[in-house]
Formats: sequence, C-alpha cells, structure tokens
Amino acid sequence: MVPVLVFAAISLVTLGGAIAVVTNKNVLHSAYFLVLAFVGVASVYVLLEAPFIAVIQVLIYIGAIAILIIFAIMLTRRLMSKDMEERNQQWIWAALGALLLFGVLGWLVYNANWPVIEAAVPKEPITLMGEELLSTYVVPFEIASVLLLAALVGSILIGREKDQESRSAE
Amino acid sequence: MLSYWAYIAIFLVVAVAVPIVAVVLPALISPKKSSKRKEEVYECGIETKGNIRVQLKSQYYIYALIFLVFDIETVFLFPWAVSVGKLPLYAVVEGVVFIAILFAGLIYAIRKGVLAWY
Amino acid sequence: MADLINLIENWLENLILGWGASQELTLFILQALGSVLVVIICFVIVIALIWVERKLAGRIQDRFGPNRAGPFGIFQSFADIIKIFTKEYITPEGAEKGFYNVAPVLAIASVLAIWAVFPFAVNVLGADIHVGVLYIVAVGSFGILAILMAGWSSNNRYSLLGASRSVAMLISYEIPMVVSLLVPVLLAHSMKLSDIISAQQPWWNLIVAPLAALVFLISSMAEIGKAPFDLLEAESELVAGYHTEYSGMKFGMFYVAEFLHQYTVGALITIFFLGGWGGPLAVQWPILGFIYFHFKTFVVYLVISWIRLSLPRIRIDAMLNLNWKFLIPVSFINLVAVAIADRVMLEFSVARWIYVGIMFGLNIFILLVSLFLAGKASPEVERETFPANRPVAVPPGTESK
Repeated sequence: MVPVLVFAAISLVTLGGAIAVVTNKNVLHSAYFLVLAFVGVASVYVLLEAPFIAVIQVLIYIGAIAILIIFAIMLTRRLMSKDMEERNQQWIWAALGALLLFGVLGWLVYNANWPVIEAAVPKEPITLMGEELLSTYVVPFEIASVLLLAALVGSILIGREKDQESRSAE
Repeated sequence: MLSYWAYIAIFLVVAVAVPIVAVVLPALISPKKSSKRKEEVYECGIETKGNIRVQLKSQYYIYALIFLVFDIETVFLFPWAVSVGKLPLYAVVEGVVFIAILFAGLIYAIRKGVLAWY
Repeated sequence: MADLINLIENWLENLILGWGASQELTLFILQALGSVLVVIICFVIVIALIWVERKLAGRIQDRFGPNRAGPFGIFQSFADIIKIFTKEYITPEGAEKGFYNVAPVLAIASVLAIWAVFPFAVNVLGADIHVGVLYIVAVGSFGILAILMAGWSSNNRYSLLGASRSVAMLISYEIPMVVSLLVPVLLAHSMKLSDIISAQQPWWNLIVAPLAALVFLISSMAEIGKAPFDLLEAESELVAGYHTEYSGMKFGMFYVAEFLHQYTVGALITIFFLGGWGGPLAVQWPILGFIYFHFKTFVVYLVISWIRLSLPRIRIDAMLNLNWKFLIPVSFINLVAVAIADRVMLEFSVARWIYVGIMFGLNIFILLVSLFLAGKASPEVERETFPANRPVAVPPGTESK
C-alpha cells in the first residue's frame, strides 16, 4: 500500500512539473519546473532500486544541463522581454496530432511484452557495473570518451568569439 | 537498501520544513511598514535607470558547456574507480586512455583561449 | 556508556513499541526524530561557529572580537538571532515572489541534505547508501541552482551579475572537487562512506594521498565561497552579490547556509582524508568515534577560517585560470598516477608501509613538478624600476652636500 502511495505522489510531482513546463508563460519559470520534473524522475529511479542512475540524474541533469538551459535563457534578452503566446493558429491540428500519438503510444505500452528480470538486486551493484563496463562493454566505454571529445571540440568551435567588436557587457 | 533511501526522503522533508518554519515565523512577528521608497531596487541610493536584465557575456555559456562534458566524464570514471582494484591490469589502461582522450580536449580548449575570462 | 547513542535509540524504540506501534511505524518515528535532531544540532552548531569565527577573526586581526554581550561575548550570536528574527522582510518591487522566497530555503536545504549520509561512529550511521560520494556531490548542485534563482528573481542587475559570476565560479570548481574525490574512492574500492572510513585505518588518506587532499581543500574553499575566493561577497564590486535584496531571516538563511557549508566541508575532509571517526579505541567505544569526528571537523573548520582571514581576494580571471589551467590538469594527473601505482603495487602485493611511502612520495613529486611547471608558465611581470638617484623630498635645512 505504501509503495503505491509513494509512487502516486512522485508521479503527480513529475507530471505536474512537466505540465507546468509546457503551459507556463515565462520561459525561465518553465526551466525551474523542469528541474522539478527531473527530481521526480530521479525519485522513480530510486524506487526501481537503481540508486546510481538516480544520483547521476540529479548530478548531470539538474547540476549541469538545467544550469546550461537557464544560462541560455538568461543570455537571450528577447525571450525574457515578453511572455510567450500560448497558442498559435494551428493549435487544433497540433492537439489532434498529440492525442493520436498518445493513443498509439499508450496502446503499444499496454500490449507490449515487457521482459521482467526476477533476479534480486546484487550486493555490490557499482562494482559489478564497473567490471562489466571495463570487460564486456569496453568499446562503448572508450567510444563514449571520443563522443565527449567531439562534443567538446564542437562546442568550442561554435562558441568562440568571432571578432572583437561583438563582445557584450559583462 | 531501500530503507536507507526512505531515511533520506524523511531527512529531505525535514531539511525543507525546518527552514520554511524558520522563514515563516518572523513574517508573523516582524513589523510590516512597507513604503514605496523602501521597496525600490537597490543601487547605492540612486534611482535605477535602464534595463534591469543586462546582457550577460556568452562566456558563461561556454563554461557551462565545458563543465557539462567534464561532469559526464567524471560520472563514467566512478564505476571505473570502484572496480579497478579487482580487475586485471588492463582495466587501469582502459581508464587512463579514457582520461587521456578528454585531457587532450582540455589542452585544446586551453590553447584555443576559450577558457580565458575577459 | 560506551555506546551512548545506540543505547538511547534502543530505549526509545522499546518505548514506542511498548505503546503498541507496529515495526514500520516505530522505524518511521525514530527516523523522523533522528532527522529533526540532526537538523537542530546543525543550527546550534552554526550558532556556536559564528561566535568562534568572529572571535578568531578579531584575534588574527589584532583586536578583540565581540566582548560586550556576556562574558567573552558568548551571547552575541543569540542577540544576532533575536535581531534577525524581528526584522522586517523588504521585498523589492518587481521581484518574482515565489522563487524569491524559495531560494534561501533551497540554499540551506541543499547543505542540510548532505548530513543525511554522514557516519558519525562505527555503528551510528546515517543512510549508508551505495553511492554516498555521488549523492554528496549531487545534492551540492541544488545550492548552485538556488543562487541562480536568487540572483534573477531579485530584479536587481547587481544581484544578477553577482549570481552569474558566482555560478560560473562554482561550476568550474566542481570538477577538481569531484576528480579529487575519486582518489579516496579508488583507494577504498567503494563509494560507501563507511567503507572509505574503514579503509583508512590506520593510515589516513592524508598520508596516502596528500595532493588529492590539497586539491579538494582548495576547490571546496571555492565552493563555499570563502576567501580567497569570496567574490560572491565582494562588497566593493557587487554590493552583496546575489543576496543584496534579502533581509531578515531570509538573509539569515543564506548566512547560516554559508557557515554550515564550511562546517560540512570540514566534515567531508574528515571523512575522506582524515579517517572519519577513527582514532584510538574508536571501535570499542563508539561514543569516542563521535567525539573524534566532530573534533577533527572543528580543526579543519579552524584551518579554513585561518586561511580565509590571512589571504586577500583573488580576481576572477586569475581564479578561473587557476582552476582550468592548474587544478584540473593536476587532479587528473594525480588520479592517473595513483590509479597506476595502486594497481601495480596490488599486483605485486607490497607491504603496507612501502605502499604508503611510495604513494606519499609520488604525490609530493607530482605537486613539486606541477608547481615548477606552473611557475615557468606564468609570465614574469614587467616591473618598473626607479633609478637609484631619484629626487626625494627633504625637509628644508637638512640638505646634505
């Protein structure tokens, strides 16, 4: 009974945060509610007994990506100067498309054959994960570092100051 | 195992509730004499002119981007650090290669002058 | 008597069970009581720490600290609390009300949440989760969000500038902090805090990995915003940074969060590098472990205060240069060297004291080489030199010929 209540509360928080992200008029407030949705997702990971993923979710999504998003919003003055329009002219078609997508996805999720692993959570999950990462999955591990290097170099190339005059105020 | 996280959840609720009580309590007992002059935005005594939301430098965004890449790298390094003592010697080499690739990226960023603050 | 805390806990548990509560409800009540106790103890510790800091600052600056309110000024903190409690909340016009009020609560909640996982003694643990180290780093990132929230919602351009600068500094210094935390994790083969402490008896990590301890100390001092990294409160530049527009207890929450964060960093350094609750007879008498833990934390707190009161503030570009060009490469090279040395020595099963000696020597070697290279890399400042016979003003009548 208690786990069901806890899951219900967490999903209310997550869905509430997600709805607030989409419907809020102020973009920065949407970013703050996105953080709330991330916290909800991290709690779901904890309930699934995957604490490492939960902590990584908080550390990377909230500690780095949310801050990146908020900086990007703060850097764009035009976004902050007026409130966003809630609907444009084609909103009825967009609503129909979203409902159709929701129906298809719901039907798929309901009828899928989810493989359920009945094994218990191992005693030393992180050590096991590290061993697997370094023996069976070593090639994806190294390719991940090359991917991160590509992202780093790409962001440096895009974000570099092109000329001296375009430097704005501090 | 899950009971530890239940303790953390209770602790977080308490850690949020006690400061809320501490912040709400003075609102009940403190004076509330608000005036237009008191609530002006602070600028060393003079009036604020111009746009409050100043344009920030793009340098902040670059710092956040590079921090994101290195944060993900350290997240990959944690399982490596935990299990490297129990695996054969090649595990250390794999981790060193991982760090070396991203270290080269850091040197590239430093040499390109992206990490300097103007 | 030796196991006082667990004695009290068992007595309470039997008491509540005797009232007819079920097992889960008893656990829930005990955990809630424990959390409230830890939070209240944190606030009480901060009250004492504020007095210690002010007295210490006074003595280092060759003056008395507070000495009017009570003998040796020990009631000064209480007087300050009563004053802050009765101050009016002045909200600036145009501030975003909801987030303006949430930010101080979030700032102090993120520091308090770190205390949930601390092991105070060998059997007085918080939540001994498998990912203790990462939890500590993850929760700290909520404080960064709180600063950004406070700076933007104050509707003040100096708060915004101060918040952006301090967030840029905080996220930059988080990398060497996390990378230097990887070294105790590597040496203990686990992320659980209790395992890290158990792996440090009898040789503390301060001896086995001193360079990681130094890098962690420096980056933690930047994280808590203490001098020489305190541009968050650079009064001559930014009024008071992101908490300019806060008054009364909301400012008090930021203030308490800063002192508590300093004490928490002391506790982290104790756990990761000073052996936690370890000491003579700490395993047989757990209450001694509790006392050792807080004693070591207090010593580290005093060291941080001492450094803060002795050094001037660093300019922001020098500070970010220090981070990206010195601390991050040094911490990565240190991690690689410690990992290789540890694994190779594990392969050959060397004796413990040879292991400790080689690790210590390796750390000192890397530190000296990196300091030497950093000294070479920084350019010599061109100083204007005056000729020896420059004209000086002499009083009339004393000119010598």
